[in-house]
Amino acid sequence: MKVQFDDVSMRFGAMEVLQHITLDVKEGEFCCIVGPSGCGKSTLLNIAGGFLAPASGSVTIDSEPVTAPDRRRIFVFQERGVFPWLTVEGNIGFGLFDIDAAERRARVAQYVELVGLKGFEKSYPRELSGGMKQRVEVARALAVNPDVLFLDEPFGALDSITRLQMRSELLRIWRAEKKTVLFVTHDIEESVQLADRVVVMSARPGRIQRVVEIDVAHPRDLSSRRYIELRDLIFGEIGLAHQV
Amino acid sequence: MKNPYHHRDTEGTEKALSVSSVPLWLNGFLPLITTAIILVIWSIAVKASGTKIFPSPIAVAKAIATLSEKSLLWRYIGDSLTRVFAGYFAAILIGIPLGFLLGWYGPLARAFNPLIQMLRPISPLAWMPLAVIWFGVSNAAPIFLIFLASRFPIIVAAMNGVRNVPPMYLQAGRNFGLSTRQLMIRVVAPAVLPRIIVGLRLAFGIAWVVLVAAEMIAVDSGLGYLIIDARNAGKRYDLVVAGMLMIGVIGLLLDTVMRRVETWTSERR
Repeated sequence: MKVQFDDVSMRFGAMEVLQHITLDVKEGEFCCIVGPSGCGKSTLLNIAGGFLAPASGSVTIDSEPVTAPDRRRIFVFQERGVFPWLTVEGNIGFGLFDIDAAERRARVAQYVELVGLKGFEKSYPRELSGGMKQRVEVARALAVNPDVLFLDEPFGALDSITRLQMRSELLRIWRAEKKTVLFVTHDIEESVQLADRVVVMSARPGRIQRVVEIDVAHPRDLSSRRYIELRDLIFGEIGLAHQV
Repeated sequence: MKNPYHHRDTEGTEKALSVSSVPLWLNGFLPLITTAIILVIWSIAVKASGTKIFPSPIAVAKAIATLSEKSLLWRYIGDSLTRVFAGYFAAILIGIPLGFLLGWYGPLARAFNPLIQMLRPISPLAWMPLAVIWFGVSNAAPIFLIFLASRFPIIVAAMNGVRNVPPMYLQAGRNFGLSTRQLMIRVVAPAVLPRIIVGLRLAFGIAWVVLVAAEMIAVDSGLGYLIIDARNAGKRYDLVVAGMLMIGVIGLLLDTVMRRVETWTSERR
């Protein structure tokens, strides 16, 4: 198992945010976590990233307990996480400060290519669209060759057309790079389009309500019966959560 | 692959939206035209009122010419600039690191902020009697006052800048394995730069205003001294107004330079 959540609970002051989260994520798996807003899914991701310590329980990655952020697992935010004072190149090479210049250039070029930003190496983020900034952030994360990616509603600020494009881009990159991905979203469609498994969380305090295996081969036909069945299943789960 | 959604409209829209009813070629001349009109009104007003106190523009121009011939003007300007920059750079050297510390360590800011906010409204000129006792009639007194005047805008700009660095930037920096020192240099410093530049410009404006007042008391050269000396020595109001004009012109030039720097740093955002 790559990432293991073992009975993780979290509270902020008197507010219980997460209750007894136990979840195993396999190496190379694309795992989506969905749930109503405020259910603690981002908190869960921050705990896995080492940015927050759980109130109880533990997270282990490759059987090592997570205690601090680590370059082997990179957190990707909405596109606002790119550094506005650096060019596309500068951003992508940001984490590569301890390798020699020639290798850094090669790595940067490789990831510029991978995310389709060739020709924009010298551009500043303010000159880019939201989707392009998001690509920069994904490339910045991938350039340090992490084995886990945490994505926290990465496409939430994009328009719906760009969001669709970015999803297929992400899947293409995921297949090429074979990373373990934990992807938090409140968009059920998004989770069913992307994930191998969808973890459905309840309203706060967040518990795992159901784990749904998405057994539809990529590229997914969004009008296939199985896709719709799984999507409606998750809608049903979330709907129940809203009624509680 | 090329992204079809790329757009670069940030610069274009601004131009399209700027409403201007004046032809473009005229824009550059507008300040000259206003200046000319004001000079004419000034001349007429001096003549018509027959005042003995306020000099005409021509008298002021003559005064500036005489001063510059005697090279007194250039020495005074040099002295004034030396003082203002000495105090100002001392404030930068102390203010920026201090602002970073206060912005980074929350408890430190909570401990010192009330003190800073209490000292801030005190005009630097209120320190003048003490400055004269401490430093006598010397360059050190106005430099000290300039330092006092420019330090708070710089400290506060740096402090607020550091405090408001988006947490995402810091989190990303940490995630890539940066130490606190590296985080300061590679993330915090570039993130706060635009705010600090604004603070620096603000501080310089205050410093320049305070300088003139400081030079009226503590020293025997400089543009402030020129004004007070011209009045005391022989009621030479042409020299007084000449000094005022020089202060204004130099202030404008320096502010223009600072503005350039400001636009240049914020343009890359």
